[in-house]
Amino acid sequence: MAERERRSTPPYGGVFVARSQVMDADDVRRAIWRMAHEIVERNHGLDGVVLIGLQTGGVAMAEAFAEALGEIDGTEPPVGTLDVALYRDDIGIRPVLPEAVTDIPVDLDGAIVVLVDDVLFTGRTIRAALDALNSYGRVRAVQLAVMVDRGHRELPIRPDYVGKNLPTRRDEMVNVSPSGVDLGELVKEAHR
Amino acid sequence: MSRHLLSIADLTPADIEQLLRLTDTFAEVSRRAIPKVPALRGKNVVWLFYEDSTRTRLSFEQAAKRLSADTMTFSVGSSSVKKGESLRDTVLTIEAMGVDAVVVRHGSAGVPWQIARWLDDRVSVVNAGDGWHEHPTQALLDCYTIRAHRGSLEGLRIGIVGDIKHSRVARSDVLAYTALGAEVTLVAPPTLLPPSLDGWPVRVGHDLDAVLGDLDVVYLLRMQRERMTEHLVPSLREYADRYGLDVRRAARLRDDALVMHPGPVNRGVEISAEVADLPRSVIIDQVRNGVSVRMAVLYLLLGSGVDKVLGPEIAAHPERLLDLEPEGALQ
Repeated sequence: MAERERRSTPPYGGVFVARSQVMDADDVRRAIWRMAHEIVERNHGLDGVVLIGLQTGGVAMAEAFAEALGEIDGTEPPVGTLDVALYRDDIGIRPVLPEAVTDIPVDLDGAIVVLVDDVLFTGRTIRAALDALNSYGRVRAVQLAVMVDRGHRELPIRPDYVGKNLPTRRDEMVNVSPSGVDLGELVKEAHR
Repeated sequence: MSRHLLSIADLTPADIEQLLRLTDTFAEVSRRAIPKVPALRGKNVVWLFYEDSTRTRLSFEQAAKRLSADTMTFSVGSSSVKKGESLRDTVLTIEAMGVDAVVVRHGSAGVPWQIARWLDDRVSVVNAGDGWHEHPTQALLDCYTIRAHRGSLEGLRIGIVGDIKHSRVARSDVLAYTALGAEVTLVAPPTLLPPSLDGWPVRVGHDLDAVLGDLDVVYLLRMQRERMTEHLVPSLREYADRYGLDVRRAARLRDDALVMHPGPVNRGVEISAEVADLPRSVIIDQVRNGVSVRMAVLYLLLGSGVDKVLGPEIAAHPERLLDLEPEGALQ
């Protein structure tokens, strides 16, 4: 799970305790591979496609996509990273600090941007990301790829590529890593 | 970091490091096609400048605008201070209009602290220079500039040259540089040093030529003619001769040494025109970095919300965390 989530969700700085594994490492790898094929199919190749991983959970996934796409299509698309902290709608309500410097290596004017994140939840991060993209130029299209769609949307946002639809309770947490997807809770260190 | 930025002395080395890291993010914002983020929308920042300033005020103004904050300027020349309004009344009047931060510059040391005491604790105060005392954002942008060129300040030898006595920049710089592990040498004629240097973690020299070859950074201070009412140096020409960085002295600098100056530059006094334009002179970088550093300061104080959750108040009252329950605002 993204470090930002762990630090900024009560109990602050809690520890993620997994209750059940919903995808193992092979499932994650296969899901990346399938979504990569869907990206190529949907865009008739990779012409103009730029992958942008959202800090922090989407960055490693965007790199995994690039590698898979390179094998499928022969060329790896450019990969960038985006930190949406400064565009969030909860600034001043909760602690919001940028985790890393945004790095967009190519001009986004006319590009097809595939935003990549680990978990899609309320949709507020994606709303912020769409806003942030405007500062880099007018993109041709934005598509969204996530490993897990856990529901509870608060905005009219939907993913284009999904690894797994996972029904959850609001207070649960989803942890995505290359070694698998776990469902669990954030627990205060002392209560472990 | 607390609610105010009054002095470098209030910051731990970890606070300074965090601020410099955060500045990288805002430097990236400044490089974008549209260098503006909505982070501080709806926040109101007022400039309370009782002393002249061009670059600091413009730099803060640019920083606030890039964060989408609204700004108001209170400059003494065109205000009711001329009609005899006291500082306290002025501050309370401005507060009543609803502001989130006051950025203050004043000719007397300690005024920002006094203002912080008068204000509601909802309002942040940023010291933009108080008398001869401190100028914390200048020190932070100086640290950021050195770090950008050299990676870190740890173990660097930094010489601060010139009018230390009247310099708030020197006081803040000494605190910040030494907090980050640099060794500081002050170089000035005895008349331009403070009456006492007790407790300053610095070395002192009176001969620039003796230390020049060892320095990683030569930080030249402006000869503050407006504060020079006593005759502390025989003439500016003699000062330039002994302490000015001219071509002859610049040739003796180490290859990777940086030349810095807080501006505005008196060309031909502290630094000769040719040296100010050399590539190793990073004076323009300092100005550029100033905007990014001030964005980081304003964001940390007004936007980050870090004090709400990570500060000691909350540690003492964990029940307040319930008010901050994000209602699933996260993904």
